[in-house]
Amino acid sequence: MIPLTWYLVLSAVLFCIGLYGVLARRNAIAILMGAELMLNSANINLAAFERYVAAGSVAGQVFVIFNIAVAAAEAAVGLALILAIYRSRDTVSVEEVDLLKG
Amino acid sequence: MSLTQAVFILLGGMAVLGALGMVTLRNLFHSALAMILALFSIAGIYVLLEAEFLAVVQVLVYVGAIAMLILFGIMLTRDIVGRASAVRNRQWPLALAVSAGLLAVLAVALVRAAWPLATYAPAQGGVADLGLALMGPYALPFEVASVLLLVAMVGALIIAREARE
Amino acid sequence: MSIDWIELIIVVVKALIVAFGLLIGFAYLTWFERRLVGRFQMRIGPNRVGPAGLLQPVADALKMFFKEDFVPGQADKPLFIMAPGIAMSAVLISFAVVPVGPSIRLFGREITLYLADVNVGMLVVIAVLSLGVYGIILGGWASNNKYSLLGGLRGAAQVISYELPYGLSLVGVFMLAGSLSLKDIVEAQARVPFIVLQPLAAIVFFFAAVAEANRSPFDLVEAENELVAGYHTEYSSIKFALYFMAEYISMIVASALMVTLFLGGWQGPFLPGIVWFFIKLVFMLFVFVWIRATWPRIRYDRLMAWSWKLLVPLSVANILVTAGALVLRDMGVF
Repeated sequence: MIPLTWYLVLSAVLFCIGLYGVLARRNAIAILMGAELMLNSANINLAAFERYVAAGSVAGQVFVIFNIAVAAAEAAVGLALILAIYRSRDTVSVEEVDLLKG
Repeated sequence: MSLTQAVFILLGGMAVLGALGMVTLRNLFHSALAMILALFSIAGIYVLLEAEFLAVVQVLVYVGAIAMLILFGIMLTRDIVGRASAVRNRQWPLALAVSAGLLAVLAVALVRAAWPLATYAPAQGGVADLGLALMGPYALPFEVASVLLLVAMVGALIIAREARE
Repeated sequence: MSIDWIELIIVVVKALIVAFGLLIGFAYLTWFERRLVGRFQMRIGPNRVGPAGLLQPVADALKMFFKEDFVPGQADKPLFIMAPGIAMSAVLISFAVVPVGPSIRLFGREITLYLADVNVGMLVVIAVLSLGVYGIILGGWASNNKYSLLGGLRGAAQVISYELPYGLSLVGVFMLAGSLSLKDIVEAQARVPFIVLQPLAAIVFFFAAVAEANRSPFDLVEAENELVAGYHTEYSSIKFALYFMAEYISMIVASALMVTLFLGGWQGPFLPGIVWFFIKLVFMLFVFVWIRATWPRIRYDRLMAWSWKLLVPLSVANILVTAGALVLRDMGVF
C-alpha cells in the first residue's frame, strides 16, 4: 500500500520541474513542454485524491479526462502559434519575439 | 517495503528523471524524448492507482499524439542537424529559486497535512462507470470539451496555414 | 505478497510461445507472401532452398545476420540503435491481449489461451500500436539523412491520421459487445460474427489496419522511387531485420485483430478453436498479400484525404447508426 503523500510529493516535484522549464527555457516549444508537464502533475493529484479521499466516485478520473482534452487543445493551438511565429520571424526563441516592445 | 512501493519508486524516479532531462538537455529533440519518458512513467503511476483507463488514455493521447505533435513542431522549426542554441534565458537563476522554493513549501505542506483518508475500497467498475459519469452528471462539461477541441482544431488549422495571396 | 509460482511459470511459458510463434510466423509469412506474389505475377517464386522453398526464410535470416551492421557517422547513435527495437516491441506487446482460443485444460489446470485479459483490452492494443510510430520517426530522425527524415515524417503523419478511423471504427463493435475486453468481444459473436452486423466498420478498420502496418497500397513511407527506402534507408543487417519483422508482425497482429473483432475469433463448428483461429488468420493474411499484388501505391495527398475525408466521416456515421439501432432495439421496435 502506497501512502497518499508519495503521490502528492511526486506530483509536486514534477510540477516544480515543469514550472522551472516554463520560466527558464528560451525555446517556445520547450516552454510548451513544461506547461504540459505541469498539467500532468495536476492529473496525478486528481487521480490520487479520487483513489484515497473520495473512494467510490469517478469524479477525479472524469476531471483528468477533461484536463487531457484541454491539454491537447493547448498543444495544438500552441504549436500552431509557434509555427506561425517561426514562419514570420524565423525564430522560436521567446526572447527574440519582441515586436510589441517599443 | 512492499512490491508496489518498489514499483512506485521506480516509476516515480523515471518520471522525475525524464522531467529533469526535459528541462536541462541541450538538444531539444532529446529533451522531448525525456518528456516522453516522464509521460510514459505517469501512465504507469495511473496503473498503480488502479485507473487503467487513464493509463491507456495517457499513452494514447499524450505519448501517441501530443508528444508526437511536439516532435513535429521541433522538426519543422529547426535544421535537421539540430544546432543547439542557448538553453536558458537570463532569468534562470530566479526561476530556479522560485521553483525550488515552491517545491519546499509544497513538500512541507503536503507531508504535514492530515488528509481525510477514506477507508480503502477496491476500485470502481472502471470504464463503464466512467462512461456513465461522462454521459450523466458530467454531460455538459463533456460537450463543452468536445466544442473546445473542435474550436482548437479549426483555430490551429487557420493559424498554421500558409498565408495565400 | 505471495506469488503463485505455477501461475507465473505458465504466464512466462505462454509469453515465450507467443513471441516465438510470432517470429516463426514472420519467417513463414515472408515465404507465403513471396510464393503468392510469384503466382499473382505469373512466376514461380522462391522454390530452390528446401522442398517448395520452405527453407528460404532460414537462408534469408542467415544472409541478414552476416551483413555488415553499419551506423552512419553523423547518426544519433543511441537513438539509431533504439528505434528498431521500439518498432519491434510495440507490435510484439500488442498481441498479448488477443485470445487465440477458448481456455483448455492441461494437467488439471485451466489454461487460458491469451496472455492477459485487461478490461480495457482493445484500447491497450491501440495505445501500444500507436507507440510503434516512434520506431519510424526516431529511426528517420536518428539516421541524419534527408530521405530518412522525410520518410519518418510521412510515416508518422500517416500512422497518426489512420489511428483515428482505426479507433473510431471499433466503437460500433464495443457498443454491440458492451465491453472493451477482446475475450468478451469474441464471446459476444457466438451467434453472428460482427462482420455481418458491422460491415462498414469492418471495411474501415481493415483499410486503417493496412495503413497502420504501412503495407501496400499505403506504403508511402518506403516509396522507393521518391524516398530511396524511407526511414530505414541507413539501416542494414540485424537492425533492418527488426524493422522488417515489425512490419510483417504488425500485419499478423492486424489480421488477428480482424479475426477477433469481426470474424468471430476462435469460434466455429467442428474444429477446435485454435484451428479456426489459424484458418481465419491465414485467410486474412492472404487478403493482405492479395491487395499488395493488385493495387498500386496511392499518392500522398490522396492517402491523407482518404483517411480524413472518407474513413473518419464513415466511421462516425457508423457510430450514429449503431447507436440509433441499439436504442431502437432497447425500445422494443425490433
